[in-house]
Amino acid sequence: MNQLHSKINPRDPAFADNREQMQKLVADLREKVETIARGGGEKAREKHLARGKLLPRDRIDALLDPGSPFLEFSQLAAYEVYGEEVPAAGIITGIGTVSGQPCVIVVNDATVKGGTYYPLTVKKHLRAQMIAEQNKLPCIYLVDSGGANLPRQDEVFPDREHFGRIFFNQANLSAKNIPQIAVVMGSCTAGGAYVPAMADESIMVKEQATIFLAGPPLVKVATGEEVSAEELGGAEVHCRTSGVADHYANNDVHALELARRSVSRLNRIKNPQLDIRPPVEPGYPAGELYGVVPKDSRHPYDVREIIARVVDGSEFDEFKVLYGTTLVTGFARIHGYPVGIVANNGILFSESAQKGAHFIELCAQRQIPLVFLQNITGFMVGKQYEAGGIAKHGAKMVTAVATAKVPKITVLIGGSFGAGNYGMCGRAYDPNFLFMWPNARISVMGGEQAAGVLAQVKRDQMAARGESWSDEEEKAFRQPIVEDYEHQGHPYYASARLWDDGVIDPADTRRVLGLCLAAASYKEPEETKFGVFRM
Amino acid sequence: MIRKLLIANRGEIACRIIKTARRLGVATVAVYSDADADALHVQLADEAVRLGPAPAKDSYLDIRKVLDAAAQTGVDAIHPGYGFLSENAEFCRACDSAGIVFVGPPAGAIEAMGSKSAAKRIMEDAGVPLVPGYHGTNQNPGILEGHAQRIGYPVLLKAAAGGGGKGMRRVDRAEDFHSALEAAKREALNAFGDDLMLLERYVVNPRHVEIQVFCDQKGGGIYLFERDCSVQRRHQKVVEEAPAPGMTEELRARMGEAALRAAHAIGYVGAGTVEFLLDASGAFYFMEMNTRLQVEHPVTEMITGQDLVAWQLAVAAGEPLPLEQEDLHILGHAMEVRIYAEDPDNDFLPATGKLVRHRPPKESESVRVDTGVQSGDGIGVHYDPMIAKLICHGRSRREALAKLDRALQEYQIAGVRHNIEFLRRVINHREFAGGRVSTHFIENFEAEILGQEHQLTPLNCAAIAACLGDRERRDLRAAAPKADEHSPWHGGDNWRCNLASARSHNIEYRGRQVQLSFRHSGEQLHWQCGDMQGEIRPLPGREIALVDGRRMNYSCVQTRDGGSVFIDGTQVEFTLLPPDLGEGGDRAQGLDAPMNGTIVTLLVEPGAQVEKDQPLLVLEAMKMEHTLRAPAAGTVREFFCSAGELVDGGSLLVDFAAEED
Repeated sequence: MNQLHSKINPRDPAFADNREQMQKLVADLREKVETIARGGGEKAREKHLARGKLLPRDRIDALLDPGSPFLEFSQLAAYEVYGEEVPAAGIITGIGTVSGQPCVIVVNDATVKGGTYYPLTVKKHLRAQMIAEQNKLPCIYLVDSGGANLPRQDEVFPDREHFGRIFFNQANLSAKNIPQIAVVMGSCTAGGAYVPAMADESIMVKEQATIFLAGPPLVKVATGEEVSAEELGGAEVHCRTSGVADHYANNDVHALELARRSVSRLNRIKNPQLDIRPPVEPGYPAGELYGVVPKDSRHPYDVREIIARVVDGSEFDEFKVLYGTTLVTGFARIHGYPVGIVANNGILFSESAQKGAHFIELCAQRQIPLVFLQNITGFMVGKQYEAGGIAKHGAKMVTAVATAKVPKITVLIGGSFGAGNYGMCGRAYDPNFLFMWPNARISVMGGEQAAGVLAQVKRDQMAARGESWSDEEEKAFRQPIVEDYEHQGHPYYASARLWDDGVIDPADTRRVLGLCLAAASYKEPEETKFGVFRM
Repeated sequence: MIRKLLIANRGEIACRIIKTARRLGVATVAVYSDADADALHVQLADEAVRLGPAPAKDSYLDIRKVLDAAAQTGVDAIHPGYGFLSENAEFCRACDSAGIVFVGPPAGAIEAMGSKSAAKRIMEDAGVPLVPGYHGTNQNPGILEGHAQRIGYPVLLKAAAGGGGKGMRRVDRAEDFHSALEAAKREALNAFGDDLMLLERYVVNPRHVEIQVFCDQKGGGIYLFERDCSVQRRHQKVVEEAPAPGMTEELRARMGEAALRAAHAIGYVGAGTVEFLLDASGAFYFMEMNTRLQVEHPVTEMITGQDLVAWQLAVAAGEPLPLEQEDLHILGHAMEVRIYAEDPDNDFLPATGKLVRHRPPKESESVRVDTGVQSGDGIGVHYDPMIAKLICHGRSRREALAKLDRALQEYQIAGVRHNIEFLRRVINHREFAGGRVSTHFIENFEAEILGQEHQLTPLNCAAIAACLGDRERRDLRAAAPKADEHSPWHGGDNWRCNLASARSHNIEYRGRQVQLSFRHSGEQLHWQCGDMQGEIRPLPGREIALVDGRRMNYSCVQTRDGGSVFIDGTQVEFTLLPPDLGEGGDRAQGLDAPMNGTIVTLLVEPGAQVEKDQPLLVLEAMKMEHTLRAPAAGTVREFFCSAGELVDGGSLLVDFAAEED
């Protein structure tokens, strides 16, 4: 294979500048995530611990195999969304190995608003189930939740992708032999009661877990019956009498041990139809990625410098290296898994779009997973290009991306603007996983461009009315638009709304991609049937 | 000429004899019990015959079975090793009648030394010095004092019926004799109802020095110098060396000749050892004679350059002794320690278990390891728990000691508690290193040798962290799917997205419970324990680690519930504390009705303490009687039913509380 040779000099002052900038972004990200990881604050944590419960992250540690990685999703969910702090949207989701088997783990954080479901909590729960479905990974739910957040019931209850969808998914995932295991470690009330009830196997912690459709207060109001929570829906009742739960646990640790045993009995054999090789570290350290990405996002750089620091042995066999050069396509391995890489190296032209479509066809044909490295300001505009059919060439690439049935993983390493986002497998194209770097930006177009377009429209309107517009007035008009775009295009804003699966440290890219590729290889290969390509 | 030899023994001595036999072209037959079916001595021998079940009386001590094996394999001779049948005159005679050479002394010599009192009389007659004493019945205080005068102070007053130190008095001066005698008699009378007193010379700071003798069938005899085995723990030898520190040529010759007189007095043939007590003045007294090859014979072999087993075989075949006395010279110094499966922290209780690792130091001209076990073997309860003998030779005592200490540092044993650290403390003790030893050495310095606090040092923590890291990787890797063995999900560095990857383990180290946390950064491992912290980086595929930048030997062994790390010449063993899974196993406590039915009778009262499986009540259903039994030892708190009552299947009948462990 061809080995990439970096042309970057790590002793260059610009490199140090870039690195410093990225280090700041990563430090800020880690600091925010660290705060979020503490959940609902010291008081809530103490209260939780006083009940003899493990904190949600300690539950995850006890559930996972010792030393297992945990690929956590959407840590920034609900970040600065609700005008109140709902760290991680009150739910921790991710993939980790349990009894040797990577599983999707969904954990309510009862220290955050009692573990109740905000709209983004629901969205995050559903997203985790979708990841399980797309990659055929067992689900383990650690339930400790008060159910739907009642003041926001209109945003969490009625719609298609609201609370009810959780149970719809459980039924349909189970139907596809994607195991559903619920561990009830706290309350599990009303609609929430269906999580263990719909599970293939459920475990309850004695004198701590409760499952009921209506809690004691509601029962009293409804029927006058006075009953304790434990008598109404404790582990004793459900494991012995009702059969709502299957396994009786003495405490949190025991419950998690029982869940581990359940997973060990799933009888799943992995049979990836991939040519997997022993992994080889890249020839360049991942830490150099910090210095590779220019501080100013408008400065172009060769995306191969990124690829060289992500793929096995920095080996990359390019496809159509001389054609449509603003899109880099080629074959490589990440952690031993074969991948086809589609990476932006400038604006998309007709040639690059056709090359992209061709390459995606190749990968779909050969069942090779696709990795998209997005850094795209859009397709080329102008009379010449429209006349050349850039829309139909772009459509070819979008068709190929939309219909290719191989695992797709997208990383936003820079800009993600306009139709470029579609061709490069943005969120709407259902990549198995989508992550952002902390320097990335996502919006329909750049802030400056949007402000320019809007200012142009306004100036035309004013001119039509015979009004004049001073430079200061125009600047004042443009400024908030640019700021809005900057704010809304920021990765934290995007991640807070679950437009991605998380913001990652660029130095972790190789590892994250490796974990995603390995997770995606649990699913049997699927045959691709492409749509009509406009020729 | 012996062509085929059966070794009626096991373990290291069987292996050691097989080695010499093989070198001399003698075919070997091993015998084994069921516990030793795959033992090293069985693997080394040309043939092997099963004797019987594990208990020694059914196998290695069964004369009939051993002789049957000999007949079955057609051997010329049987070497009994030490222990088992080696000093059994009956066995010796049985060999004779079967026409098989017994590699050892004649039965008469064994018997002569078998009875201690008879042996002492023979020795007295042969002019071998005995501890002076008075064992008569005349208890007149004046007469006794006269005997004390004759014996020489200090003397020891001993109750004839005594034991446990009662009625025992050391008397240093004549003027104290009468008061001590009265006190001792009073004590003896109270303790045993008998105040008969014996008198013996009290040997101050005695040393255990023994002489290796060798006699042929033609009446020839020589001695192969002495061994000092003073360092003992409850009559168990711990360290043996040759020559004895401070031994003079003159004393050696006197002791050697006395030993030969002892041997000749009983018509001895073959290898034997005459044990003496040696006092500070150079006086020595006969204790006993061992009519076999001794455990510690290798130190003699190392300083004389001779193979005593080869000598035994030659003499047994009727050949004369290979050398004359004047041909023998002492070459340097040799020292042996006995490595045991035992727990020095727990009163030297024998330890059992699986030797997950047995890796002795590399053997050389000056390092010798005699062992009968290998990694993977079990150390059971049936036989002596000795793992190996480690013998080192140096040009001087100091050099031998240095080599022994180094070899002990290199010795790796995991899975079974052992005494290596204890041995290192003994041989490095200033008194031992200075050659100032007596049989009281260990009791005198017990506090320094045994009572040491086990500090959890930063090196210990680093070692444990590395071992835990290795354990995680090993377990995760082992759980990887076969078709995807390199999956990053099985890498094992506990990676967390945008968060620290540290994890904590509760471990037990030498009875102390501590929490140790660590995290990986690449191959580097950062650990923290209380206010200590540091780094360790095991070099992959090599038994080396960098500890806070310092390079040292490192290797770790995973055991079932913890690990054992060999680092920088020490061993760090720890246990992973199991997580608290709560009480009651996987099932709710309490007992429910297996089906709808009628309670026939309650068998215990509420509040009753019951044993596991004790019947609690009888239920009749579907014309069958079902007895509900206690799931564990515990208390019946309450019955939720009474006799004659109809109960629903699944309903709780008894509130039962299991006993806490």
